[in-house]
Amino acid sequence: MSLLRTFDTGMRGLLGHRLRSILTTLGILFGVAAVICTVGIGTASADSVNSRIASLGTNLLTISPGSTTSFGVRGGSGSANTLTMQDVTGLEDKADVPDVAAVAPVVEGTATLVSTSSNWSTTVQGSTPGWLMTNARTLSDGVFFTQAQVNEHAQVVVLGQTTAEELGATVGSQVSISGAPFDVIGLLTASGSTGFTNSDDLAVVPITTAQDQITGGSPDSVQRILLSATSTATIGSAYLEADQLLLQTHHITNSASADFNITSASTLASTAASVTTTLTILLASVAAISLLVGGIGVMNIMLVSVTERTQEIGLRKALGATPRDLLRQFLIEAATLSFVGGVLGVGAGLLAGVLVPRLANIAVTITPTPVIIAVAVAAGVGLIFGVYPAARAARLAPIAALRAE
Amino acid sequence: MAADIIRLVDVSKVYGDGDATVRAVDDVSLLVKEGDFLAVMGPSGSGKSTLMHILGCLDVPTSGEYLFAGEDVASMNERELASIRNRRIGFVFQQFHLLPSMSAWRNVELPLLYRAARDRKQTAMNALAQVGLSGRVQHRPNQLSGGQQQRVAIARALVTDPTMILADEPTGNLDSRASREVLDILTGLHKSGHTIVLITHDPNVASVAERVVEMADGHLKDRVAA
Repeated sequence: MSLLRTFDTGMRGLLGHRLRSILTTLGILFGVAAVICTVGIGTASADSVNSRIASLGTNLLTISPGSTTSFGVRGGSGSANTLTMQDVTGLEDKADVPDVAAVAPVVEGTATLVSTSSNWSTTVQGSTPGWLMTNARTLSDGVFFTQAQVNEHAQVVVLGQTTAEELGATVGSQVSISGAPFDVIGLLTASGSTGFTNSDDLAVVPITTAQDQITGGSPDSVQRILLSATSTATIGSAYLEADQLLLQTHHITNSASADFNITSASTLASTAASVTTTLTILLASVAAISLLVGGIGVMNIMLVSVTERTQEIGLRKALGATPRDLLRQFLIEAATLSFVGGVLGVGAGLLAGVLVPRLANIAVTITPTPVIIAVAVAAGVGLIFGVYPAARAARLAPIAALRAE
Repeated sequence: MAADIIRLVDVSKVYGDGDATVRAVDDVSLLVKEGDFLAVMGPSGSGKSTLMHILGCLDVPTSGEYLFAGEDVASMNERELASIRNRRIGFVFQQFHLLPSMSAWRNVELPLLYRAARDRKQTAMNALAQVGLSGRVQHRPNQLSGGQQQRVAIARALVTDPTMILADEPTGNLDSRASREVLDILTGLHKSGHTIVLITHDPNVASVAERVVEMADGHLKDRVAA
């Protein structure tokens, strides 16, 4: 029997059993669409978690002072005043801390900013040019202050987006902070609210100026030191190098009694990453189960259909069909159902990928891999369970097949 | 002299082994010539169905010699048997065995799909005309009466212009009027030169044949037609 005629026979076999063909196609369709959609949702949430973590800066370390002990009572972390500009200078020495890319000391206070049109009370941080990199921030306009401006106690300020909007300030305008006039030289790009603080509502000035006019205190002491490792991969060694250096310069032999703490965003990142992994596994399992259920549905219909058609197989054999003719016919029927179901399933999955975000406000990111896997599995199940029982029936003696009930 | 269509020599079909051995067909010899109309009669369990399977090349004998139109069937493999069934034998079954999802002419066309055939639709239409069903070609089996369904099955047996028509209890599921119709068609086909082998348990049905052989306990005995 020629292939073309087998194909024709297969198609007529499908059209002759419309309901069954539709049910099988639907089984494959929903299996494939469910996988594409659930994995798409999983991928989208993983992406969004990852990008939020990246915005925290996964290669950042924060050194804060340790606690003080007075009269046997340990104060809270940060109550000691142990970090100095000498520490900052030490950490800037590449020879001791090769994996640290940037260092920025920070002093912080709250002040009222006044512009020509309004006033606004916010956090003012004093720092050095390293601040931008160690906070993983960028500027939307203007420039950041330079080391020269730090050295000369320049009256310049860089504003967060919210602060700038509240004050109606732009690059080139002037604001007064605690009564002193400052030139606005730069605006920070909005980063969104991360964690507990609104990182878009702040003002950054040279650390020297801040110590003079806002936070007060010794020009030598800093509240915390921000470090940025050369990459996410080197954050561990950067941590160890900084720890080593500070223990040494603070003359501390037992690291348990260190008068400083080093924390990293990567601790948070790894927690979040494991949450994301769990989420992805969960969604992938849901998808796998829906594919399995779809596959079992297809398997059932195929098995029933072939069993139901044992008589047909017997008759065709009696009329001269060879086992190969029959196998081909059922292969074509199963392949067509799988193919049509798979294509419609991909279509439905992609459609869901467009509709779900609009209707449910859930992001869906469709990647090729789950699409390919879903189609392959569904088509494979359809083919195997369409062809295997048919192959068995094709080997039956024609008489036995004809007599089957 | 007419050619031999069926030449069975000492054919046996044995099922099971050891004590449970059943000799369904036991040392049967039979000769059917071109243009014969033979009825094989016997009660159920006599082995006539097994004999029919062997005659129809649906099964091969355990021992003995079977030449079908000069071809040695006993030694054929499955492919060759399928080919000889397709080319040489037209089957008519008790249960009709029409495919319910297909129209009458599609059912008749079926054997032509397994051979190189041209004008399949026209050939199928001609066969349906021969059994008087030209007006029912687009009907599905469930839209036809039992007698009409069996006539479609006869058309399907005829469509390949077979060497022999093998009818297994063709009237078994029909009322007497429809049985008459079907037997009339078979008689007509015989008159126009077809070789027919009819398997039945019913002496009245067997009586339409020229020659009747009787099957009992796997053995065959010749009997003069009534």
